[in-house]
Amino acid sequence: MEKRRFAQDALSEWMRNEGPDSEIVISSRIRVARNLKHQPFPMLATNQQSREVMEQLTAVAKHDKLQDLGSFESFDLSELNELEKKVLVEKHLISPNLANDSRGGAVVLSATESISIMINEEDHLRIQCLYPGFQIREAWATAGRIDDLFEQEVDYAFDERKGYLTSCPTNVGTGIRASVMMHLPALVLTQQINRILSAITQVGLAVRGLYGEGSEAVGNLFQISNQITLGQSEEEIIDNLHSVARQIIEHEKAARERLLAESRVRVEDRVRRSYGILSHASIMDSKEAAQRLSDVRLGIDLELIQNLSPQVMNELMVLTQPGFLQQVFDERLNAEQRDIRRAELIRRYLSPKT
Amino acid sequence: MLCQECGNKPATLHFTKIVNGEKTEFHICESCAREKGEMLPGTSGGFSIHSLLSGLMDFEKSGPSSSIGPKPQTLRCEDCGLTYTQFSKIGRFGCSSCYRYFAGRLDPLFKRVHGNTVHVGKIPKRSGGEIQDRRELDRLKQELHQRIEMEEFEDAASLRDRIRELERKLTDA
Repeated sequence: MEKRRFAQDALSEWMRNEGPDSEIVISSRIRVARNLKHQPFPMLATNQQSREVMEQLTAVAKHDKLQDLGSFESFDLSELNELEKKVLVEKHLISPNLANDSRGGAVVLSATESISIMINEEDHLRIQCLYPGFQIREAWATAGRIDDLFEQEVDYAFDERKGYLTSCPTNVGTGIRASVMMHLPALVLTQQINRILSAITQVGLAVRGLYGEGSEAVGNLFQISNQITLGQSEEEIIDNLHSVARQIIEHEKAARERLLAESRVRVEDRVRRSYGILSHASIMDSKEAAQRLSDVRLGIDLELIQNLSPQVMNELMVLTQPGFLQQVFDERLNAEQRDIRRAELIRRYLSPKT
Repeated sequence: MLCQECGNKPATLHFTKIVNGEKTEFHICESCAREKGEMLPGTSGGFSIHSLLSGLMDFEKSGPSSSIGPKPQTLRCEDCGLTYTQFSKIGRFGCSSCYRYFAGRLDPLFKRVHGNTVHVGKIPKRSGGEIQDRRELDRLKQELHQRIEMEEFEDAASLRDRIRELERKLTDA
């Protein structure tokens, strides 16, 4: 059954390809929010209405033209167990909101997992496109095409002055959220990150950590996204994010070079210690894992560590999340058992292949 | 930076609170945040974007503009039944008609959230054809003005023809 594969592989097919600037930008994402004109938003819909919306939208998703973009499969959220949902959240294929709070929720996934179409999340329709590396414009091109396909078949809630109408006032207008996931260890190490992050928030962009909405950045991963959706065109929103992300890339590159030039041995020591600990530890909590994986990833990018691919780091980032650990070991684990299993899994991945 | 509450752990949560133009910054660690009840974003029952929004709307109620239009307490969307009071509590609309019924009170909120009140982006291709034509018409009229001012009458003439054509199309529709 296909469902197994979506829930089992930690690394989505789309992540196996290296995108441009992938040593700093892990992924680029576009999310488009749309609603149907003649149905109340999911929050107020009756169960009957939610089902109608789900049936109508999953039917469109089966359309031939969408199949041109890859093969798709749809899942009724009520058919997934808790663990499967958790795993899809950890892979960023569905939102926690869709996993936990939706009625009549469904997700349509492309085989490569690059496209995820969520139904009956906060809005009727949420189209998400994920690309490896720095490809925010490409992601928007694909999301825009899917949006057009849906618009051919259903009547969107749209207002001439307010644009696409959404459940939450923070999404109205274009309904798009563009974001890039950046790995910025050198800016953190050289303590420039706070200055840069506060500058980012002053130009209408938001920054948050990798997993969840919490503000703490785990493993030096930062998600940068647009906050404004009304009064700017999609192109302006994306250009703005693009140029800011481009500048951050340059700052991170410069910081990495400076680290190598000024304190090569110290960086090397840090990276190797983390590599050593990951390779040998018996207990590893998720926070430490994230930090050490970040160090090793930096080591790979700076060519201080050979024989390890950056993809292994991306894969481990996802694999070491609580849901995935339980999926991999096929058992329910408490926090302490998870830390032991996490260490075990990482050791297995990093041990020299013979 | 250390937590300003306990002074032990590193501060991982940074808030900026602005009340009546007065800015206060908080730097605290996770456990102090939990204790203080300033729950972490994303955790259940905690602080969310929606409670933040309702904060913005409460603020609006005390503003001087609140005397215009129907009282927010009686304002209600006739399609889904959501009242404006409910909307300002949960920070979410119930249906697309809410935007119409609450229209008189929404612009200050949009202004605060987005800095703007009017959509300038994408228009649905199929259902938005007329809107697109009207936008194009506005654009052409502006350009016509510019051409006339710059005395480029040949360009202006062809613009005028296109404007007439569009206007005919829109009145026929």
